[in-house]
Amino acid sequence: MTHAQAGQPLPLDPSVAPPGTRNFRDAGGIPADRWHADQNGETLVPTHCCFCGVQCGMYLRVDHAGKVFGVEPRNHDINRMRLCPKGINAYQQVNHPDRLTSPLMRRNRDEPFREVSWEEALDFTVSEIRRIQGEYGNDAFGLLGGASLFSEKTYLVGKFARVALKTKHVDYNGRLCMVSAAGANKLAFGIDRAGNPFSDILLSDCLLIAGSNVGECFPVMTQYLWGARDRGATLIVVDPRETPIARTADLHVALKPGTDSAFFNSVLHAVVAEGLTDEAYLAAHATGWEDVRKTVAAYPPARAAEICGVPEEQIVQVARMFAGADKAMAWHARGVEHHSQGVENCLSIINLCVAAGHIGRPGAGYGTITGQGNGQGGREHGQKSDLLPGGRSISNPEHRRQICEIWGIDEADLPAAGTSMMEMVWQMQRREIRGLIGICNNPFVSLPNYATVKDGYDTAEFHAQFDFFLSETAANAHVVFPVTVWAEDEGVMANAEARVVKHNKAQEPPAGVRTDTWVICELARRLGAADKFDFPDSRSVFEELRLASAGTVNDYYGITYERLEETGGIAWPCPDTEHPGTPRLFENGRTYHPDGKIHMQVVEWHPPMDPYTEEYPLSLTTGRTVAHFLSGNQTRRLGALVEQTPRPWVEVHPSLGFRNGDPVRVVTRRGSEVLPALVTEAIRPDTVFIPYHWPAPTAANVLTIDALDPRSKIPEYKVCAARVEPAERIDEVPAPPTAPGQVAYPETQVSRADPLPPTAPQGRGTSERS
Amino acid sequence: MMGRTIFIDPGRCIGCQACVSACRECDSHRGKSMIHLDYPEEGRSVASLPTVCMHCEDPVAPCAEVCPADAILVTADGVVQQADTTRCIGCANCVNACPFGVPKIDLQAKLQMKCNLCYDRTAYGLAPMCATVCPTGALFYGTLEELRAERPGVQVADSFTFGSTTISTGVAMVVPADKVQWPVPGGLPIVEVNGVDVR
Repeated sequence: MTHAQAGQPLPLDPSVAPPGTRNFRDAGGIPADRWHADQNGETLVPTHCCFCGVQCGMYLRVDHAGKVFGVEPRNHDINRMRLCPKGINAYQQVNHPDRLTSPLMRRNRDEPFREVSWEEALDFTVSEIRRIQGEYGNDAFGLLGGASLFSEKTYLVGKFARVALKTKHVDYNGRLCMVSAAGANKLAFGIDRAGNPFSDILLSDCLLIAGSNVGECFPVMTQYLWGARDRGATLIVVDPRETPIARTADLHVALKPGTDSAFFNSVLHAVVAEGLTDEAYLAAHATGWEDVRKTVAAYPPARAAEICGVPEEQIVQVARMFAGADKAMAWHARGVEHHSQGVENCLSIINLCVAAGHIGRPGAGYGTITGQGNGQGGREHGQKSDLLPGGRSISNPEHRRQICEIWGIDEADLPAAGTSMMEMVWQMQRREIRGLIGICNNPFVSLPNYATVKDGYDTAEFHAQFDFFLSETAANAHVVFPVTVWAEDEGVMANAEARVVKHNKAQEPPAGVRTDTWVICELARRLGAADKFDFPDSRSVFEELRLASAGTVNDYYGITYERLEETGGIAWPCPDTEHPGTPRLFENGRTYHPDGKIHMQVVEWHPPMDPYTEEYPLSLTTGRTVAHFLSGNQTRRLGALVEQTPRPWVEVHPSLGFRNGDPVRVVTRRGSEVLPALVTEAIRPDTVFIPYHWPAPTAANVLTIDALDPRSKIPEYKVCAARVEPAERIDEVPAPPTAPGQVAYPETQVSRADPLPPTAPQGRGTSERS
Repeated sequence: MMGRTIFIDPGRCIGCQACVSACRECDSHRGKSMIHLDYPEEGRSVASLPTVCMHCEDPVAPCAEVCPADAILVTADGVVQQADTTRCIGCANCVNACPFGVPKIDLQAKLQMKCNLCYDRTAYGLAPMCATVCPTGALFYGTLEELRAERPGVQVADSFTFGSTTISTGVAMVVPADKVQWPVPGGLPIVEVNGVDVR
């Protein structure tokens, strides 16, 4: 309701502002007497954005009827009122007409869905679980969770798989996010999280951003980068593309995709050569330095320059800027992690930080920026195939015993480690896994090598999916359970700083919709595990999660809902309710390894898995746009975001001979697709880029390779061999699937993607003027 | 010079369009954005530039001066309001008069709309929606002193030339410290004439 509708004139004179009203920066948020909060019966529910790992605080505006209808900035520590376009538009999905409001079911994939009762959908699912497990064994049924779920739900997913389904096959889509960084951090430091809070960026003298398009993927983080630069910090960006954050960096190193570890080994070589190592720190706090020193000796800048396709001088310059700074930080993301050597890439950056002594101080350290909202928390409590709650190893007998005691099950009944998300698809192809439940994930868009993924899912005898929109993956299922969006439930997430924040419920779910917690517990009850799944709400799950994490590295015991409400977030480990949390790690020089040391690891560079040949001479790399989130199942339904970036494109250098908007066929060993060209000098001549938020036939993952890092099992999204050639016409992006009784893209709130204008590739065109 | 106003810093803009989305959320024209985002070096760089109403001071609001219906109010504190819906005839004179290309016309409703500096928020001491959410600070709301407290030594300009015409504005723009010229050239470079690329 507008001011005029409320019968109040617009205040045309600032003198009508209430006495004492101050600048918003120190007003602590929205004034209590803000006009429409009082006059329209509107309430502001404090919560956080549902999307990326920054977890910006926001208010959801709720009308007098209890419906979410808007967003208001919130002066939270993380974002200080800032929001990106995804955060601003997120509220629109809460009451979106595409919401699923009834369970959908079919017995065969060639039948249409029909709306059924919850009873029928649950009964059919349980009967299929029993049939498949009865015929082929418990491990023939798998479970795939999601890192957009609250931590309570990720805890339940892991427990449900091991206790109710009794299968070892459980994994989650955070596997596609930052598990390389997690693996590297565990190896080096014995703890799986970023070392410093975002606020430390403001104290740093040199910031190294590697493989992270911060401007588009984590826009609100840029305020920290620019804040540091305002006080004189230098900024180094390592990325094959001139991203918005690279554009104004002091040094942009546009290295060839898949060469990160060669580059960082060489930078460390130069650090040694320049005498910039912190030998005292290394001697006191690190092991393995001598082996690392010997290894990087084989990476002189001349060699790395050839591998990486960058000038030799830039390598030396990075060494001097980073290691020569008093306090320097390195932040990285999927650009270095999405590789068949993702763990090595992260370790090479850690080696650089440690050798330069930039660890564990305000303004000095490292961090990985999680992609999904709960990418960090999503694996902490047992949703990942090899982890139990509290980050315990499922292969460690003591850890198994501890969890079995908490869960009240016999240790012999606790399954062993399962396989990773991509491996589970291969197992479905081989009929080793015959049934699957997916919870809030969309592998049809998010997994590499689409043809393999579709084949794997089509081969599965039974597939059920939890979601609130009918995603491309849900459209393949036999049963779809309509579940709540984030604003209809409460729970916690851990952001990229490992700061646990609480999301609050802003409205009741639509009739017919249940929480994920309810559905999981109901399935468990029907599978005979009711006594282990007596959870009426998120709070009751969180209380068990706290206990299950107590005493581990990922200690949540001291975190309570009440404390989160009061503080705006607490970083784990937090062992007791008086503990303030641990925003910065290693301040005392000790890591979480038993010897307290940093375990530096030797890294050797290997070429990417997909070899370049005359037929496939270019590097294809993939990534995000600022308007869309991951598989786009949510953001491709929100009108403003669709208008902002309606369809994918292929970014090519002018030297490849295309004009803006030309149809370009991109071909790899997995497939081909035709996209409009975005011709720009902001990319390497030997590299092409495709954003990945859209489904087949224009999904980037039609082209990408399903090679995995041998340790983290993360797919190599960021590099594969490709060629480009002129094409006749552009492939059409299909509209999202529509559920029975639902209307896709209503005119009032969203709009269908328009055909591409002939000369203005989306997302980079000049905005229309009247 | 200026009081509390918007400062535009193109160097910080990442082209995310959070300002565009936030402007749509503003209560006075909910659902429509009054912000333009331009990509002045498309094909060479990812540089981007948000434009809000510059709230012209001298000459005062060319859009208001040419309005035949006297629909555009300029408040005492220099805010050029969007056209009064009871007066606006949708003639688009304001669109043609504006040197920055800001006002928009809803052709169906025959009404003009433009940025009014979120008067419903600024009157209460809040920042406009666009500057509140801007994740990078490319849009900053406050005084020059507040801006300089955060960004020491920052240089701004609030005077622009269009050919031989100079316009002073209420909204200011951050300019490179080593290229402070007064006034700064307004408008975008001409890239095409009669369909011919003249870059």
